[in-house]
Amino acid sequence: MMKKLLMGAAALALAGSLNTTVNIAGASAEDTLYVPSLSYRTGPFAGNGIPFADGFADYFNMLNERDGGIGGARIIVEECETGYKADKGVECYEATKGKGALAYNPLSTGITLQLVPKAPVDKIPVFSMGYGLSAVAIGEKFPYGFAYPASYWSQMSSILKYIDSNGGIKGKKIGFIYLDAGYGKEPIPLLEKLAPEMGFEWVGFPVGVKEMQNQSATWLNVRKERPDWMIMWGWGAMNPTAVKEAAKIRFPMDKFIGNWWAGAHADLESVGETGKGYLAANFSGIGTDFPALQDVIKHVVEPGKSQVESVEKVGNVLYNRGLFNAVMMAEAIRVAQEHTGKTVITGEDMRWGLENFKLTEARLKELGLEGFTSPVIASCKDHEGGGAVFIQQWTGSDWERISDPIPPMVEQVRPLLEEAAESYTSEAADWQTQTCS
Amino acid sequence: MFYREAGQFKTSYAADSAKFPIRQDLVAIWIYLAIGFLVIPVFGDKYFIEVIMIPFLVLALAAIGLNILVGYTGQISLGTGGFMGVGAYSCYKMATYFPDMNIIVLILLSGFFAAIVGVIFGLPSLRIKGFYLVVTTLAAQFFLEWAFIRIPWLYNYNDTGAINEITRESFGYIITGAQSDYTVKYLVVLSIVVGMTWIASNLISGRIGRSWMMIRDMDIAAELMGVRPLYAKLSAFAVSSFYCGVAGSMMVFFWQGSAEVEIFDYNRSFQILFMVILGGLGSLLGSFLGAAIIFILPIIIRAAPDYGIPIQAATADHISLIIIGVLIVVFLILEPLGLARLWGIIKQKLRVWPFPY
Repeated sequence: MMKKLLMGAAALALAGSLNTTVNIAGASAEDTLYVPSLSYRTGPFAGNGIPFADGFADYFNMLNERDGGIGGARIIVEECETGYKADKGVECYEATKGKGALAYNPLSTGITLQLVPKAPVDKIPVFSMGYGLSAVAIGEKFPYGFAYPASYWSQMSSILKYIDSNGGIKGKKIGFIYLDAGYGKEPIPLLEKLAPEMGFEWVGFPVGVKEMQNQSATWLNVRKERPDWMIMWGWGAMNPTAVKEAAKIRFPMDKFIGNWWAGAHADLESVGETGKGYLAANFSGIGTDFPALQDVIKHVVEPGKSQVESVEKVGNVLYNRGLFNAVMMAEAIRVAQEHTGKTVITGEDMRWGLENFKLTEARLKELGLEGFTSPVIASCKDHEGGGAVFIQQWTGSDWERISDPIPPMVEQVRPLLEEAAESYTSEAADWQTQTCS
Repeated sequence: MFYREAGQFKTSYAADSAKFPIRQDLVAIWIYLAIGFLVIPVFGDKYFIEVIMIPFLVLALAAIGLNILVGYTGQISLGTGGFMGVGAYSCYKMATYFPDMNIIVLILLSGFFAAIVGVIFGLPSLRIKGFYLVVTTLAAQFFLEWAFIRIPWLYNYNDTGAINEITRESFGYIITGAQSDYTVKYLVVLSIVVGMTWIASNLISGRIGRSWMMIRDMDIAAELMGVRPLYAKLSAFAVSSFYCGVAGSMMVFFWQGSAEVEIFDYNRSFQILFMVILGGLGSLLGSFLGAAIIFILPIIIRAAPDYGIPIQAATADHISLIIIGVLIVVFLILEPLGLARLWGIIKQKLRVWPFPY
């Protein structure tokens, strides 16, 4: 009897708890803007997920503390833990989208792939900042997908340009080491296209997700192939392992370039001096020498309103990248508010904002982020905004910016993106597109 | 009191060997079915149906599949994720080759591909058992994952390396893809799961199921009594993989939409195995209970901040991991037969209450 009662009570509690979820989902508070953050502070990629989520939340909280939000509306950043897993990400999406979510920033290619088809149906944009599906750069085909400041393919073309301007690329052999998943394989079509055009040869070195921390066999192959340059598309534990292995085979570090997800403090701190000279692409400034970051420290971190471990973590590569993501979101919100005249905007208004914000040099200066990044000009047609990457170098203890912004090779990349967008949308029946003036 | 069986007489052999010999159980089953088919579609909102019910049913079906192999035949397998993947990828290929064919038919057909692969990887079970079989099925898991990544034909050479979402209609409703009608989708999933559970329960109580259980309880004795291990074991692998394959393709087309290979990795295999262990080895009810506790409990815990419990999202995740881990250990020690056995004990107590003897 007792057990039955307990079971009954448990069942009731369960039913009750489900009800509350529904109620909260249905209610939307006034003059607040709801920004869900699909973060991962657990799992194998937590080391990279934590600083990003901190930077993202801290910028919005700084706006709340300093300016009282955006346009008078406070921003509520709610985190939902995904553990970098696609199914949990979708669960988070379904749980939060009813609360008035403005846009999703999942920081995972797997989750982005799941959300891209859902976005037009629920009318909530998916803003995959420099990851996810490269093809969303084609605004006509993907009204609800955004990849500012640059897609993977644009980034790869910038990296190839950097190689070209540092000793020429013609006749060189480029090794491409990548995480053997959707993310890592993404730039391969571009390499295949550009190799004959630019006159280089490339070899691929896939690293399975399970072999991330055991790459000695891969690097034996690298030694056999003797590439002149190495480019890496890695994430999480794969990055430090690769740099250590490269050091072991005495691969010249200044010929080894990681993409923007393979060049964080979290990646190289465990490598230390061994990785000195290693290069990586980046698009968000390093350090805290920006007024906006000082405000974050003053208003959020020092009063203890941040989840960040210590003040030293503020300003590292991924923290600043998360912050930059928030900056673009905030700009889009502001533009959408001005356009609609409403304080509380919807996902559809946000979509308009994401197509119309202009992060010019002057605007960056106003925001206290002068020189933080290259200008990003949003438009209906171009959902990657033409952002340029710069190359940074590991000094053994910190990252140092060593190049000017390198704009992508738009003429070569754009047709490929259009082709990819076409093939993606042709598979889906009744795909929602838009026409841009 | 709760189970008053006075007056329930069995007057035929059929009645005596009925699936639910107690009338109250039969009534309860009909009530559950009514809730599943009528109440939930009418009153459940999109979140409840898409995030909780559909995944729960899909995982329960996979757990039934694994339970047939582990619980009824005693062959431990860690290849579940891989077999689910075979179902999903074969369904995807068929759906692109035959775009006009009904997706439900394709999903059921995809089970046969999984069954074939399951039989092939089940062959070693004729020679080895126990831990050694675990290792070979784990090898199957890794091999299949490798194949899903390295054979671009399987995912139609997509740039993303993943199964892209496809939209299909059935009976005039869109049932796969983002625009799908979630209620219809749920009813399709529920019908498939209920139908396949019914088939499984008949298989198990029939000749084939009995031969599986004989193999499980003592294979040499079973062989001496005329059960052919080749047929018994391989049919268990085939049926189990069929169920897993169907669950895998439903997972992609009715739950996730598009899928990277990670959703079929060995973590999935472990997840399903834990469902079977926690729910109860050799029990269909246990498969459902296990799926409920492993899948739904974390969702409830992670929703804690919504009812005003001030914990961080990541902390809630850690807590749910701890609770699930503790539950598995506790069950292995205290009730190795799982939740299904626990329910059996409760039921027995209720039948004799208030005069226990």
